Amino acid sequence: MAKRIGIEVSLAIADAAKLADVDVVAAYPITPQTHIVEHLAELVANGELDAQYIPVESEHSAMSACLGASAVGARTFTATAGQGLELMHEVLYVASSMRLPVVMTVVNRALSAPLSVWGDHSDVMAVRDTGWIQIFVENGQEAIDNVLCAFRIAEDEKVLLPVMVHLDGFHLSHMIEPIYMPEQSEVDQFIPPYKYPLPLNPDKPVTMGAFAPPIIYSETKMAQEINLRASKKVILQCWSEFGSRFKRHYSPVESYHSEDAKVLLLTMGSFSETAMTTIDRMRKEGREVGLIKLRLWRPFPFKEIRQAVKDAEVLIVLDRALSFGGPGGPVCSEIKAALYNEDKKPKVVSFVGGLGGRDITADGFEEIINRGIEISQTGSEQEFEMFGVRE
Amino acid sequence: MTKPESEITWKDLEIGSIVIEPGNANQYRTGDWRSQRPIFNSNKCIKCGICQLFCPEGCVEQNAEGYFEANLFYCKGCGICARECWTQAITMVDEEE
Ligand code: SF4
Ligand code: SF4
Repeated sequence: MAKRIGIEVSLAIADAAKLADVDVVAAYPITPQTHIVEHLAELVANGELDAQYIPVESEHSAMSACLGASAVGARTFTATAGQGLELMHEVLYVASSMRLPVVMTVVNRALSAPLSVWGDHSDVMAVRDTGWIQIFVENGQEAIDNVLCAFRIAEDEKVLLPVMVHLDGFHLSHMIEPIYMPEQSEVDQFIPPYKYPLPLNPDKPVTMGAFAPPIIYSETKMAQEINLRASKKVILQCWSEFGSRFKRHYSPVESYHSEDAKVLLLTMGSFSETAMTTIDRMRKEGREVGLIKLRLWRPFPFKEIRQAVKDAEVLIVLDRALSFGGPGGPVCSEIKAALYNEDKKPKVVSFVGGLGGRDITADGFEEIINRGIEISQTGSEQEFEMFGVRE
Repeated sequence: MTKPESEITWKDLEIGSIVIEPGNANQYRTGDWRSQRPIFNSNKCIKCGICQLFCPEGCVEQNAEGYFEANLFYCKGCGICARECWTQAITMVDEEE
């Protein structure tokens, strides 16, 4: 039986990687990811985890080393944040295109400049199209559960794609939370051994990431795209089996009091927890409001999103990133695109807030909801409205 | 590869477009890039082999009589062999189609 312990979320994530029995960790420390990789380095140095810890000179090298490790068939883990994720950028595409199932926790951090070590989703949004499976978590338990699921999803022979597990910097990574850590035997049963079908092996040579002239490049991209979209089936199966084994349930789009709600708020990540408090409060006052939490960011859950919001009149989306000069919040613009051709759809109102670690309180979410209703009623939608900014 | 590149569909590709046949780059006709071809004049050739050493494509071969010639399946027409030949035995001529 799993024990419930009080532990910092970052340390629990490192322990989860240990439970998954990773073979290789290649990482470069960066705030607010540092505690994850420090703890992993410690576990390896103390002989508690039989793995190679590769201390590299940059995040670009970290991801590159992960590719090599994954390609020989090693279970590979890394973690990064903010600028570190951006420095990995080109290698992220190589990981997904070469179908290497690296698992990475991204401790979401705002991008420079000005320098900010605090959380928002600007780093995530910049890697949106890198071809990785991307999952958001809102608390420590979800973080370790989804790190475990990430290995199983990534390494499934029908998937073989890298997975990012996104968690909010500081707001989540540095919290001490009560977490059920599964037993080693439970994890061993849940995650089958990793077996890459075409590993780098001198006895049976293969070429990975070779040159593709125009006559074949489109075919390689089509294969990759079909594969990423098809991974959703395996993700759903994985969460369903996780649910039956561990009694904690996950799905691509999660709803909170949304059934009869005329007004829906949509959030991603740890801010969803505060937003739930707001919904509880407003429900008590008789307001027909609900919350939608987007967990699976890639592959984007079109069907589930359409289903979840179709009966609402107003959908208010909170983004924690800006698309400069573009359509406002990146999540909101994707939601709008997903709904555009639907006959029955809510009005969509975009808010950007919680940038660079600024908190949004339960009162703040109530303000966002009320303001969103006002905007939709007066038909005064802009590309977006920035919440809480001093004018 | 069993099929020519022009017939391979996305479904035919290995995972991650991995190439599982070692050395199959030799099926790649780099000769398609050429706008000039080297013509070797055996009357001037002293069989020194410099053209073979300098060819960046490694496509200059020695024939049964000991003279050197370019394999036009791979020759990219860069002209290095013509430039390096001691005796000006190699002339680059335009490919005309
Ligand atoms: S033209 Fe260039 S590629 Fe062709 S044979 Fe001469 S050196 Fe080689
Ligand atoms: S470099 Fe000129 S002379 Fe020497 S082998 Fe080649 S063609 Fe003949």
